[in-house]
Amino acid sequence: MQYWIIQTLNSFALGGLLFLLAAGFSLIFGLMRIANLTHGSLYMLGAYVGVTVLKFVPNLWLAALIGGLVIAVFGGLIERFILRALAGNALGQVLVTLGISFMVADFCLVVWGGDPIPVPTPAALQQPLRIGGVVFPTYRLVVLAIAVVTAIVLYVLMERTRIGAMIRAGVDDMQMARAVGIPVSKLFTAVFCLGAALAGAGGIIGGPIMSAYPGLDADMLPLALIVVILGGIGSLLGAFVGSFLIGAIYTFGTALLPDLAYVILFLPMIVVIAFRPRGLFGRRTV
Amino acid sequence: MKKAGWILFSVALAGLPGVAGEYYINLASQIFIAAIFAASLNLLVGYGGLPSLGHASWLGLAAYISAWMSLKLGLGHWVTAPAALLGTTLVACAFGWISLRATGLGFLMITLALSQVLWGTAYRWVSVTDGDNGLRGLTRPAPFGISLDSAPSFYYFALAVTVVAIFLMAMFVASPFGASLRGARDQSRRMSALGHDVWTIRWITFVYSGFWAAVSGLLFVYYNKYIHPASLSITSSAEALLGVIAGGSGTLAGPIVGSAIIMLLKNYVSAYVERWNMLMGFVFVLIVIFVPEGVVPGVRRLLLRLKSWKSG
Repeated sequence: MQYWIIQTLNSFALGGLLFLLAAGFSLIFGLMRIANLTHGSLYMLGAYVGVTVLKFVPNLWLAALIGGLVIAVFGGLIERFILRALAGNALGQVLVTLGISFMVADFCLVVWGGDPIPVPTPAALQQPLRIGGVVFPTYRLVVLAIAVVTAIVLYVLMERTRIGAMIRAGVDDMQMARAVGIPVSKLFTAVFCLGAALAGAGGIIGGPIMSAYPGLDADMLPLALIVVILGGIGSLLGAFVGSFLIGAIYTFGTALLPDLAYVILFLPMIVVIAFRPRGLFGRRTV
Repeated sequence: MKKAGWILFSVALAGLPGVAGEYYINLASQIFIAAIFAASLNLLVGYGGLPSLGHASWLGLAAYISAWMSLKLGLGHWVTAPAALLGTTLVACAFGWISLRATGLGFLMITLALSQVLWGTAYRWVSVTDGDNGLRGLTRPAPFGISLDSAPSFYYFALAVTVVAIFLMAMFVASPFGASLRGARDQSRRMSALGHDVWTIRWITFVYSGFWAAVSGLLFVYYNKYIHPASLSITSSAEALLGVIAGGSGTLAGPIVGSAIIMLLKNYVSAYVERWNMLMGFVFVLIVIFVPEGVVPGVRRLLLRLKSWKSG
């Protein structure tokens, strides 16, 4: 019983982290038609920047904020100075983001070394929560809460504000959006920075669970890809549902069949692609 | 003029082991393997307009199947090689069916995700793949009793396979099927309207391309006598894609030239600096920004310009 509760919470926490990663990836892809392969690297870089920030200010939330901002600036620079120069060249953009992801990975290896760096759980959250004799790891609940709050904030931003309406217009029909005077170019940068910030902050928030290690980028990126393929491109709801689905499948897959956890990830993807190529909540096929 | 160049090139290839040291002979063998790998990817990327970022799947899968069968089942190369090619091609049939639900960037993401699944499995399925240790203790085959253990003999073996592979891929591209593939790339709707089954054309190309990548995977595992999950990684796929793009996608010579450049760069630079990944990332960015069409079309354009300048 206890084991399954822990596993369930683990799957929620992983799902929450995946949502932080996949929401930005999905919006960037949906709006800009860029498959941003640096996204996993932004997550890892966020985790490492957080590690360094934690040396000076021992507060995880502050580290997440600072790390998120740093990564947002980094993402904005990539978008403005490199991706913008390659507008219309989709394959070129993919290759450049891939190239940058290799550089980031090597940079992290040089600066932070090859050993995993653990990130301490905030002291206030180290005590597990006991409810009726069952023990819940508190930090995982907090990660879940952060993801849910982020999802709600993003939802309100996308569905209830003017900026959100403009982004949705851009996702649905960019040319018409431009034609009616929506500043799509500025939105591009804003969405890219937002996505990068979410990924970077996610890296630090995930730190106490996953720690920071070389290869974190390559571990997270495919999960985010599968989430977006499942959920549908440009769909926030899709990213949310997909994240928790993949979080659960991956966690329970690892617990039950550790050898073949990656193969099990296949199955939902095949089913969705076969019967609904646009993803569960996507409006457009990829 | 052109004929003389070809003859010279062939003589140089045939005579290389006679004049070069073992290091260079081995380097050339590695270039052949990379060239087949990149050329097979070029069928998809260049001629099919389908940017795959999961091509390492086929190289790695063929290598793993062959290695696993000979190590754990104790089978000989005459069984493992066809089995590896067949097994890999069958998986390519399935992966192609899934990935070709999408085109463009969607295709790229699905191929990447699928190949990452194989990579992760190779790492974790320790009872089969030995995980991070990789499968070691492999042997090279001895076709018709000729041992391939020396550098020159392997060189000639790889050269022969490369010539056959490149020839058959060139035939594929030059055939009417190849023409319909390019048609599907440039005008998929019109091709459908003309009665071509665009999806099937792409799928057959995907499988054919996977088959030749599997051939390169066999050469790869014979050369190294070792296989590690890194061969299935995104880095491996990306190197091949970089080779295709750097050389010039959609040209026959492009991927060969491109992968040769990358192999040389990798061998020379990694001898001096440790940071090959950093450099490769940088080369990626430089090539995409400055030589987006690739070296071969770039040089060809330069030559044309030179010619027209000479003739006034």
